[in-house]
Formats: sequence, C-alpha cells, structure tokens
Amino acid sequence: MRFALNRLVRACLTLLIVVALAFFILRMSADPAIVILGPDAPPAAMAAFREAWGLDRPLPIQFLDYVVAVLHGDFGRSMINGAPVLPLVLGRVPTTLAIMLPALLCAIGIGVPAGVFAALRRNTLADRCVMAASVAGFTMPSFVLGLLLVLVFAVTLGWLPSGGNDHWQSAILPVVTLAAGSAAVLARFTRGAMVEVLGQPYIRTASAKGLLWRAVVRRHALPNAAIPIVTMIGFMVGGLLAGAVVTESVFSWPGLGRLMVVSVASRDLAVVQCILLLVASTMVVANLTVDLLYGVLDPRLRRGGGAR
Amino acid sequence: MTGTITGLAATRRRRLPFGVALAFAWVAGMLTIAVFADAIRPYSITALHLAARLTPPDGFGGSLAFPLGTDELGRDVLSRLVVSIRISLLIAFGATLLGMLVGATLGLLAAHLRGIVEQAVLLLIDVQAALPFIILALAVLAFFGNALPLLIALLGLYGWERHARLARGLALAAGTQGYVLAVRQIGAGPWRLYLRHVLPNIAATLIVSATLAFPEVILLESGLSFLGLGVQPPMTSLGNMVGYGRGYISNAPWIMLAPSAVIVLTTLAISIAGDWLRDRLDPTVG
Repeated sequence: MRFALNRLVRACLTLLIVVALAFFILRMSADPAIVILGPDAPPAAMAAFREAWGLDRPLPIQFLDYVVAVLHGDFGRSMINGAPVLPLVLGRVPTTLAIMLPALLCAIGIGVPAGVFAALRRNTLADRCVMAASVAGFTMPSFVLGLLLVLVFAVTLGWLPSGGNDHWQSAILPVVTLAAGSAAVLARFTRGAMVEVLGQPYIRTASAKGLLWRAVVRRHALPNAAIPIVTMIGFMVGGLLAGAVVTESVFSWPGLGRLMVVSVASRDLAVVQCILLLVASTMVVANLTVDLLYGVLDPRLRRGGGAR
Repeated sequence: MTGTITGLAATRRRRLPFGVALAFAWVAGMLTIAVFADAIRPYSITALHLAARLTPPDGFGGSLAFPLGTDELGRDVLSRLVVSIRISLLIAFGATLLGMLVGATLGLLAAHLRGIVEQAVLLLIDVQAALPFIILALAVLAFFGNALPLLIALLGLYGWERHARLARGLALAAGTQGYVLAVRQIGAGPWRLYLRHVLPNIAATLIVSATLAFPEVILLESGLSFLGLGVQPPMTSLGNMVGYGRGYISNAPWIMLAPSAVIVLTTLAISIAGDWLRDRLDPTVG
C-alpha cells in the first residue's frame, strides 16, 4: 500500500512539473500575438489580442488560471479558429490508437517470441540472424522505413495506398512502420533478460531435478524474465507516441501526431499544450501501471515499501 | 618482452570481428567526408543545373557528371549529401557532448550533495522520462525558431537523464572505495576529488554511454529535419534531404534514397561499434 501511494505521489508531482514546464516554455518562448497576427499588426489589435487571451497578465497568474482551468476540464480554445481544444484533440485520439494499439500488439507478438527464441538458441546462427534484424530494425529511422514501404508497396507494386485513412488497408503501412522499431528493441531486450535468467542457479536446479526443459522455460525462466520486459513495454508507449508523430506525418494519417506537427507549424499554443499534457499524462499513467504491475509480479518490491 | 607485446596486439587485432571492423571503417569514412566536405563535393550545394534537372544516378541512365543524380532544381545530390553528412555529424557530435556534460554534472552533483539536490535531480529525471523527447523538442523548436545553436542545445538535452542516472550511480559506488576515502583523508576538495580522481575512473563507462546515445541523436536530428523543424534551407542535413526528396518519391526516388542509406548505415555502424566498445570496456552499461 505504501509502495503504491509513494508511486502515486511521485506521479502527480511529475505531472505538475510537466504542466509547468510546458506552460512556461511555450509562453516565454515567443509572443503569441506577434506570432499569430504578424509583426506588422497594428498595436491596438495586438493589445486587444493579448487582453482577449489573458496574455497581458503576469505569467504566474496565467499559469494558476491555466491549472485551475485544466482541473475543470477546460484546456482553452484554439488560437487559430477559437474552437475548444479538448474535443479537437480527443477527436484525434481514436485515429492514433487505431495504429498505435495494433502496432503495440505486433511489437509484443513479434518482439517477445523472437527474443525468447534467440535467447534459447544463444550464439547460434538463428540467434545472430534475429539480433542482426533487431539492430537493423532500431537503427532504421521510421521516416526512412515508411518511405521505403511507400516506394515498394504503393509506388512500385501499387498494392496499398500511400497515405490517408480512407480504407482499412491504409493502416497497414503505418502500423508496420510504427511496430518495427519497437519490435526490434523488445526482441533485443527480451533476449538480454532471458539470457540473464537462464544463467541463474535456480534454472540449473530446476533442470537438475528432472523437469522437462520446456517446463523449466515456461515455469521458471519466463515469469522471471517477464518483470523487466513488462517495464520495457511500459517505456515503449512513449516511444510509440513519439514514433506516431513522424509516422503519421509520413502517411498523412490524421491522428494526434499529425495534429501536433500542424499546430506547431501554425503556432497554435493551446493545442500544443493540450497534446503535451495528454501525452505526458498517458506516459505517467503507463509508468505508474508498470510500477504497480512490478509489485504484483515481484512480491519483494511490495514488502520493501520504498521506491527503487 | 617486445615480442610478447606485439603478440598481444596481434591477437587483439585478430579478435576484432569483421562486422565491427567494417563499422569502424564506415564511421572513419564518414568522419573523413565530414572533415573534407568542401574539398570533396564537386559542386556548390546551391548550384543549379537547370538543363540537368532530375538526372538519374550514374548507371541508371545518368552520367558521371552527377554520380548520384540531381534533384528537381538540378542540384547535385552527391554534393548535397557530402555537406549534409558534415552538418548532421557536427550537430550530433555537439549535442552528444553537451548531453554528456549536462548529465554527468547533474549526476555528480546529486551524488556529492545528496539530500534535496539529489531528490530534485531524480524528479527531473522522472519528468524527462514522462515526456517523449521529440514532442518536447517540436514544441520548443517551433516557438523559439530554428537557429542552429538552439537546435544543438536542444538536442544536447537528449539523453541527459540516462547519463545523469549513470554518473550518479557510478559516483555513489566510487564514494565507498578506498581511493576516494584516501583522497578525502588527505584533504582534497570536491573539485580535485571529482575532476582528478572520480571522473577518470568512471570516464570509460560514461564515454560508452555517450557512444550509444550518438546514433539516437542522429536519428532525432534527421527526424526533426524531416518534419521541416530542424535544419533549415538553404542549409541541408540528411533528414532535410529525405524530407525534401519525399515529394519526388515516385519519379525521382534517388533524391531520398541516398541520404536514407547514409543515415541507416551510419547509425548502424556507430551502434555496432558502440556495442563492441561496451562489451570490451565495460559490460555493466545497459
């Protein structure tokens, strides 16, 4: 219980700092009135704009107002068209999830078995092949992989659409692009975790007492290797969110990442803030879930009480 | 005696796997290109050859005048590639160095001062872990503008949390060792202790950690430039070229294929070299 509470407090504190960071960086970096109205706008129009958006008040007051508003579920209005930001941003979430969830499942479904496979055949040709594929997978930037897939499957073969989200087929290339990097990282990490577990004395004991090797792997090795792997999957959520920014831009997939890039280009402060906050909360929740799962998977941590 | 030493060197050399040797060779090649970029490039990166627009590479219907072809303004792809390699490597190098510096300083501070400073650093590490870097970078770059020093400074923050965590852990571990206690006993101040004694002892691990971060910084820079928010024209970088070539993917794929290949091979080579260095120097880095 203390373990969970400790993590919860830390998570809230982290979130608060992220909100502050995002707010102050964005507000102090440039004057939105100049950015949006242009440097040649009449001073009266600038003053009116600043007053309308509360930009003339001291920063700490603006920040407090913002926090209070956020707590009431009000994330402000778009500075471009005045529409409330939250529905706009939330409207893009399902589109992003439509490629992110399949990508996560693919990454787990391919990465974990590949890593276990490689660990069980350590230092064989099969192991080397899997690891070579893994290194290639995570040194390949997603925009290069995405464009290569477009070149092969859309331009040359004409099998799949190169962008948009009109058909379900449009999702195939973005999902593959997004999943590749994560699957590669996961395979490598799983192999490392499995190799370490397989070297432990209890594995030797289990096989010495006559258990089938399959049972040793399934009952003793996998559950112990699962702990670091689950942590890794938690971290991957962030990687996938970051990957979505680039991948969605490559495939013109109208999700959160695309909205982020477009809003950044048009200097729409409110939208950028909202996305930052949404992404950070997602990450914090993912990390918290992982920490709590850790407690479930490894009873030693629960009894320890403290963090780390 | 000499015989033994040469013999040892020979076995070491023989132990260098072929792939790793290839990786080092590639990195060395890229560094050479980066250093002598101005001497190597056949044309200026902004020189337009309007009569030779969209010429395919030599061997695909083009000629030796433009070995890697030209883009739709008739600019030589090879020249732009050479200059891009210089700029991308320069940015990645500066940024990695900066990240190392920031991370190691914060990590050592946390280890030395403990208490509230350590908690603050740990909290900052948590915050960084909660924000995908590219999303933070996008926001900052868009609002501050895209000046090159700012880009390097921003990318320099990448990976600081990993270096900080590592430096803190190593310094804490070093603090319990005899040599640190001895140096303390003879009255050395913290500067002398950390710069002259602790840092040299943990440097190898930190350098390996930086080597592993280097390809990620290259990927980050090229990603940002690809999105149009990194290096700005008329300057060029590898990601920039890919982003530009994307528009011509169906009729002139060579514009994006050449820089893509360089990005992939360079990050791959540095990763392989970094992994090998880690296994050799210090198996404890994750």
